Amino acid sequence: MAKAISDRRQDRLWALQDVHFSYGGVPVLRDINLELRPGCCYGILGPNGSGKTTLLDLLNGLLTPQNGTVEFLGHAMRSWPRKQLARHMALVPQDFMVRFGFTVREVVEMGLHPHLHRFASPSPEDLALIDEILTVTGIAHLEKRSVTRLSGGEKQRVAVARALAQKPSVLLLDEATSNLDIHHSLEILHLTRSRFEQGHLQVVAVMHDLNLAAFFCDELIFLKEGRVVRQGKTEQVLTAETIATVYGVEAEVTTSTFTKCRQVSFRLPVAS
Amino acid sequence: MPTARGKAVIPLLAAALTAGIALSATMGFLHIPITDVVAIILASLTPKPLPEGIDPIAVTVVTDVRMPRILAAALVGGMLGVSGAVFQAILLNPLADSYTLGISTGAAFGASLVIVLQIFGLTLPPAVSVPIFAFAGGVGTLAVVLYLAAGDRSLSSTSLILAGVIVAAILSAAIGFLKFLADEQVGIIIFWLMGSLSGSSWQNIFLLTPTALFGILVAFCYARDLNIMATGDRAATTLGVQTVRLRTILLVTCTLMTALAVSVSGIIGFVGLIVPHMLRHLVGPDNRLLVPLSFFTGGLLLLFADTLTRAVLPVEVPIGVLTALLGGPFFCIIFKKRQQHGKSDF
Repeated sequence: MAKAISDRRQDRLWALQDVHFSYGGVPVLRDINLELRPGCCYGILGPNGSGKTTLLDLLNGLLTPQNGTVEFLGHAMRSWPRKQLARHMALVPQDFMVRFGFTVREVVEMGLHPHLHRFASPSPEDLALIDEILTVTGIAHLEKRSVTRLSGGEKQRVAVARALAQKPSVLLLDEATSNLDIHHSLEILHLTRSRFEQGHLQVVAVMHDLNLAAFFCDELIFLKEGRVVRQGKTEQVLTAETIATVYGVEAEVTTSTFTKCRQVSFRLPVAS
Repeated sequence: MPTARGKAVIPLLAAALTAGIALSATMGFLHIPITDVVAIILASLTPKPLPEGIDPIAVTVVTDVRMPRILAAALVGGMLGVSGAVFQAILLNPLADSYTLGISTGAAFGASLVIVLQIFGLTLPPAVSVPIFAFAGGVGTLAVVLYLAAGDRSLSSTSLILAGVIVAAILSAAIGFLKFLADEQVGIIIFWLMGSLSGSSWQNIFLLTPTALFGILVAFCYARDLNIMATGDRAATTLGVQTVRLRTILLVTCTLMTALAVSVSGIIGFVGLIVPHMLRHLVGPDNRLLVPLSFFTGGLLLLFADTLTRAVLPVEVPIGVLTALLGGPFFCIIFKKRQQHGKSDF
């Protein structure tokens, strides 16, 4: 029995129990009970202010809940040293901003930080990894360019490259494609999805676009007013009923013959 | 990885500073040939005897009069340069330095307090009490600034700078009040406000040298973390940088350097602002290069300015006034350019 429990712990990434979180007395998340398993690409969805980013920051240890426990790989989040956590998970923020004119390559190399001793230089293998990442993210030709002179799409690809250079086992995307056009969004999601499918990476993504989420995620977690209102496999929870409950809009959910994914169209409820 | 070109500049600048120190020692009311200066310095550093034919007055002038002041200029300039580089990297603001945080003003207030206490009959040995009071003033200011900015849990740069400006304004008024109280001794307080290296002694050098070494070592140790801070707090934390701890350690270290510099030279503005800014344009923003380069360049710049006012200009202009006159317009240009190109262009 004890063996079975410890095995179960091994095969879950996060376990959140009765988590409450508030900013200055205002509750943001309430009664969160979640288990996230490996081998499943998660999407966190919900209206503005529903606590999506706060939930992501609880998962990456940036925030500590006032009540309840967050465990990562079977250990309490607060017992993880920051640098060790950084070897396991990387974050791609929504607006990746770099002050001062570091070159693209310098920024991507920053991803090696948690793996390097204070005065160590990157090894030849590390540098080869950086070269590879610059190529797969399609920014190799920009490596000497200052990051302050990049377009939004290029900057986000640098953010993804920097996160991959961290050699993480889990990648957290915080609306990483929200400010990008559809081409750049698809490129970044495809890149992450293919790394996930090769088994290199677990992914948890906060997303805004339901159609992109349907294409990208295996399981969806819907938040509303700080509570999890729906959770499950994309094809089971992405329904007109869920969308009406969560967003308050009427929706039609179909399976596209073109992408083979669930697709959603919306309209505001017609006043009766 | 710092570029090879950048790395090559470090020994070059170190050599330039050494040469600058020797050259500056030849200049002044009494001209002393460079060969004599080198011989005098070597004789005092090594057991090598002094060669025949050197005027004993020249020996006294170099070792007792000029050297302490020249070394003080190099060390103070270097410490201000490193502090500026670190403050700019922590606050993500190329316009930040010891002044933006009010730390220099706080240190000057502490130093002025020693003089006012004297008037009220509490005489403390100035060689010890001035640096201690200056540090207390600097740390006190930092504590108040951090307290004011702490409502924002992550110590964001805007709130820190705003808090610094507010506290500096109050302290300037407080120094004005001390000036009013000091009455006859007002000249000494004005010295703290305008800055001068003319009173530097060997005692100062023995205090400044370990502080400078300690400060530059700490800053260099955290240089890679400082680079990562440029990506913002949230990204830096997820890369394993303990942002709050990093800020606290570096702010206290730079406060110590600033306070010691102010206790020897008074307030000298703009060195900490201009030096890292210029260097960033030349070698890029990597702090592993900027920290050592800022030390040598800051030292060179202040040594140049001090030699100018000591030996070249007909009257000795207070060095703080000189650097402000040279640095002020430079500051205006950066400020205007920053507005034109958009904020992220540094």
